Amino acid sequence: MRYHYFPGCTLKGQAKNMENTTMAAAAALGIELVELEEWQCCGAVYPLYEDELITLLSPVRTLAAAKGEPLVSLCAACHHVLKRAQELMQRNEEARKKVTDYLEVEYTGEGRVLHFLEVLRDDLGFDKLADMVKKPLEGRKVAAYYGCLLLRPSKVMQFDDPENPTIMEDMLKAIGADVVKSPYRTECCGAYLSVTEEAVARDTVSRIIDSARSVGAEALITACPLCRYNLENCAAEDGKEPLKIYYFSELLAEAMGLQFDQLMSAALERRRSSNGNK
Amino acid sequence: MATSNKSRLVDEMKMQSGQDPNNCYQCAKCSAACPVTAAMDLLPHQVIRYLQLGLEEDLAKSKTPWICASCFTCAARCPRDLDLARMMEGIRLVMLRRREGNKFGPADLTPEQLEKLPQQALVSGFRKYNK
Repeated sequence: MRYHYFPGCTLKGQAKNMENTTMAAAAALGIELVELEEWQCCGAVYPLYEDELITLLSPVRTLAAAKGEPLVSLCAACHHVLKRAQELMQRNEEARKKVTDYLEVEYTGEGRVLHFLEVLRDDLGFDKLADMVKKPLEGRKVAAYYGCLLLRPSKVMQFDDPENPTIMEDMLKAIGADVVKSPYRTECCGAYLSVTEEAVARDTVSRIIDSARSVGAEALITACPLCRYNLENCAAEDGKEPLKIYYFSELLAEAMGLQFDQLMSAALERRRSSNGNK
Repeated sequence: MATSNKSRLVDEMKMQSGQDPNNCYQCAKCSAACPVTAAMDLLPHQVIRYLQLGLEEDLAKSKTPWICASCFTCAARCPRDLDLARMMEGIRLVMLRRREGNKFGPADLTPEQLEKLPQQALVSGFRKYNK
């Protein structure tokens, strides 16, 4: 199984760990993720105003670079932007013509745009994943935190049931964790409000953390670097043991039996091959 | 409402977001769904009511569009299939483009924020609050 891979800005910075653990786990599962050359930041937010075409140039360039072949990302925001930009290119001929003419590319909305969790569910299969697990996370009480961007708007994202998703819990089951379901798992963490209105993000994050604690979770998994930042930095200090926040891929790599040195060598190997490309 | 025709904000917002606030029947499910209403001065369904009435000046003064985090829960729950997240973006963009100037820029960041914030937070913050 071979896929084009779009990392996005944060996966080369603060969320490097999500990339390293995913790459190592993917290799162990026989999934090849080939980084796109000369990719650019997706823009982080999808423009909700239909004349903001300039902000679509970067995601559409990425979509066109995949040449209709499956394109995978890990960051929830990148996946959201790419998937919605693709939908706009399929639906709005005028926008498509303007954007592709400007970029001088041919693109009409073709190709599968996938989050890595969808690759695990739909292409590999969680049953097969369960068979390949080396070190099941037995007895670890973990809750999934979905947030917004993977799920909504569900007509476009088509990721999972927007009100009652199961994909992350299904992954956790496959890797042997003791899954707990937290009621606030699809609520917004406050997103970029942590930059401008931190008090608001403290409020949203505290509700999410309290909700996860109330069902006995010891840890939360997320697929979004901004969710992780908010969950770790905006939680109210209430004297309780803080919940551990992981990228989904960290627990996946752990269950695949991958140790720190293997993760590092996978990272170094990637650096070598990308230097070779230049 | 006759007055709505006089509001350029409403007209622009309608054209650019593709959303007609008059399709809203004020059930307020959006306000029930919104996770950040505690910090808002107008509730989400009230924003739509103000749009219906063309109360442009009140909307321009409201904090609410700047508190909206574009989580899309309102749109997911709307029985009329309206996308309030798009309307909120419409109001923000009309303000940013026309008269208010940027709400937030690099100079507003503290050194601690620069150190700690993920790249994604900076890019999305600037996209939403800066033109």
